[in-house]
Amino acid sequence: MDITTLSNDLKHMIPELILALGAMSAVLAGAFMGAKSSKWISYFCVLLLLAAGYAAVRCAPLEPVEIFRSSLIIDNFGGFAKLIIALTSAAAVLLSIDYLTERKIDKPEYPVLAVLAVLGMYIMASAHDLIAIYMGVELQSLALYVLASYARDSAKSTEAGLKYFVLGALSSGILLYGASLIYGFTGSVNFTNIGNSALNNPSVGLTFGMVFVLSGLAFKMSVAPFHMWTPDVYEGSPTPSTAFFAAAPKMAAAILLARFCFDAFGDVPNLWKDIIAIMAVLSMFVGAIFALQQTNVKRLFAYSSIANMGYALVAIAAGREHGATALLLFVSIYAISSVGLFGVLLSMRDNEGKALEKLSDFSGLSKQRPMLALALTVLLFSIAGIPPLAGFFGKFEVFIAAVNGQVVPLALVLVIASVISAFYYLRIIKIVWFDEAKKSIAGGLATTRFSVAGTTLVLAALTPFIGLLYAAAKLGGNFIK
Amino acid sequence: MIGLTHYLVFAAALFTIGVFGIFVNRKNIIVILMSIELILLAVNVNLVAFSVFSGDLVGQVFAMFVLTVAAAEAAIGLAILVVYFRNRGTIAVEDLNIMKG
Repeated sequence: MDITTLSNDLKHMIPELILALGAMSAVLAGAFMGAKSSKWISYFCVLLLLAAGYAAVRCAPLEPVEIFRSSLIIDNFGGFAKLIIALTSAAAVLLSIDYLTERKIDKPEYPVLAVLAVLGMYIMASAHDLIAIYMGVELQSLALYVLASYARDSAKSTEAGLKYFVLGALSSGILLYGASLIYGFTGSVNFTNIGNSALNNPSVGLTFGMVFVLSGLAFKMSVAPFHMWTPDVYEGSPTPSTAFFAAAPKMAAAILLARFCFDAFGDVPNLWKDIIAIMAVLSMFVGAIFALQQTNVKRLFAYSSIANMGYALVAIAAGREHGATALLLFVSIYAISSVGLFGVLLSMRDNEGKALEKLSDFSGLSKQRPMLALALTVLLFSIAGIPPLAGFFGKFEVFIAAVNGQVVPLALVLVIASVISAFYYLRIIKIVWFDEAKKSIAGGLATTRFSVAGTTLVLAALTPFIGLLYAAAKLGGNFIK
Repeated sequence: MIGLTHYLVFAAALFTIGVFGIFVNRKNIIVILMSIELILLAVNVNLVAFSVFSGDLVGQVFAMFVLTVAAAEAAIGLAILVVYFRNRGTIAVEDLNIMKG
């Protein structure tokens, strides 16, 4: 590789370079300025993430470009995903500042780990060979394990971190074993070459390896039957970490799974379509039914995320042609709304300043914090898929993609599962607006209000905005036709 | 003569032992960490064997990456295990139950 190719390749890596160099300088700054600097480093990391998101869109070329001997691919698909990953992670880092300060665990490492995790997600979002998949997934996961166990004096948080670590490491191992089989039976780690040999000389070993890699990625995306870790990790982790887990890593894993299916095995969809379809049906039902009996809000959101990743799988099962856009739209809307939901959760405290996590604690929110109750309602309606909010259009696109992609049964299951899950979303709304207050909900410290409530309200306002924008664009397109 | 199949069977056996070590073991979390290492080493055997027998160097490069990441992973796993032990005073697998699931 000569110097011109290198500089040409690096030009396409600007977002990743911003994150990597920024994380390094934030570590140094944190080390020199001490623990008191954590707030400033958090703001710096939010800026870094926003800059990386902007750069990802600016650097996305019109035609896909393969860089570093085609181990990474830079295209619009990945560029859009990176923008949403950066935005939701920046929101999650903003939400973390006050929570960590209140619990006196505000150290400069927290935002730096988040930035490093996002760097891993960026590599996942543009992975084009098996080594890039593995390095991206590991860079992301290793940072997430630490974020899960960040409240290191809390038994719950460390237990969540330990469970996440054990199951995450197992899933990486499974993914890697599959990668080694694929490498052995195709003689290449590159997606294009793998696709060619899958089409021209298929073998049992290759299929075996593909199934292993799919299961490993399903673990990371938390779809049934590989979802066992999700509720525990969501419940035990510090809430800002949960907010982080709920959005960006899910998005990155979904994009990576789509890339693996579409780029490497796009010409042989029969190989993976059934597996994806079975996982989709299982996670839609597991997510919808197990959420009904939860009393802890974080556990409920965990099951809701499992169901939503099931909907994302429906888009993948619809195939590259129909599913790619729908997947991108659905997952980004889901990611934005779920960070918003955790923002609401983080804004709620009782009078002693303790976090409220029980479903019944939401009662009386409408009387004491009407704006927050309104934001929560909008976000829940959006995730439940009620028009004209954004979530409806996400689900609608997935539904249309499933019908066009000849997987109509999946589209039906999607509708049934959304109806079941609408029940528990509406139940929260009922508790918020109609139940008698049991506890008084304080606004938290004066300083918490601005960043937390501001972020939450912006995210809540985004959902009807995106929905209306989408509807207008669709209508406009139809008129022009 | 030892052929590719021997290496693959050996790696598959190591991998299976590793997976069983995680699920069957009810005693100690350290054993789980050892099982994870076993899985990663099985993958390395696979990669190097494939690489040697197909005359392609990429598999060995991949194995170097896996070794590096495995070291980082073990370090983070042990660190989490230490903070967990400080809180609970035990590293038995059956005590991992504050949250049901």
